[in-house]
Amino acid sequence: MLALLVAQNIAFYIIAALMVVGALRVVTCKNLMHAALWLVLVLAGAAAQYILLASEFVAITQVLVYLGAIIVLFLFGVMLTRAKTGTDEDLDNKNSAKFIGGGVAVLLLGLMGYSLIDGFKDTEFGNLMVQRTSEVSDSIFSTYLIPFEVLSVLLLAALIGAIVIARRD
Amino acid sequence: MYLNQFLLLAAILFCIGVYGVLARKNGVLVLMSIELILNAVNINLVAFGAYWNANDNTNVSGQVFALFVIAVAAAEVGVGLALVLLIYRNRQSIDIDDVDMLKG
Repeated sequence: MLALLVAQNIAFYIIAALMVVGALRVVTCKNLMHAALWLVLVLAGAAAQYILLASEFVAITQVLVYLGAIIVLFLFGVMLTRAKTGTDEDLDNKNSAKFIGGGVAVLLLGLMGYSLIDGFKDTEFGNLMVQRTSEVSDSIFSTYLIPFEVLSVLLLAALIGAIVIARRD
Repeated sequence: MYLNQFLLLAAILFCIGVYGVLARKNGVLVLMSIELILNAVNINLVAFGAYWNANDNTNVSGQVFALFVIAVAAAEVGVGLALVLLIYRNRQSIDIDDVDMLKG
């Protein structure tokens, strides 16, 4: 049991380090295509963290929807707007805006970090059990049935809206 | 494993996303930063869901919420990229700074 916990912790920290590096590259790198590919690393890392949290269905959905669909959409967006494929120095705002953005991010991180460490100190997960997909589906189709139906209408509206906005006429 | 590990990771990713939204000029990159923020929120939801599930095995609300967020994020990216394409078609550029026609 202890060996498993140590292995889980090591896996968590390796994946977390990869995700943070990937996220930093997404917001700093000078090449649009590379930014999209670094985003793949972050999203795949999130899927791995869901596996560590024993939430298998969300992990699979993350891979299918984010890695499979959203990244392809981003690559389409990059290509359709005929961005430079090489490095492009003109992706960022002025230095003052970067400075303000960095300040806001650091302040926010300090605030959230302090309140999280203060609030949850060393709360442990207890006995993590696999959260079965059958229970997820039971929950969606009983407790959360109405939000689920609303969501399907929202997806339909977004689909029609995207077609109407993007089509040439 | 501590609950705080996951919450702090999510906080770091969220802040990186906020920096990206504020510092980037390219429309597609701003959308990517928004995806980072949404993912950070999802990690939070699944972590709290797993924490709750360890005490009450029939409760999977955290996962269900995360699935809803994923679906809404997919819709958001679709409409967002359609808007970016429209801006590109009208102005031959997707720099957010160039969309300043409301300034008069």
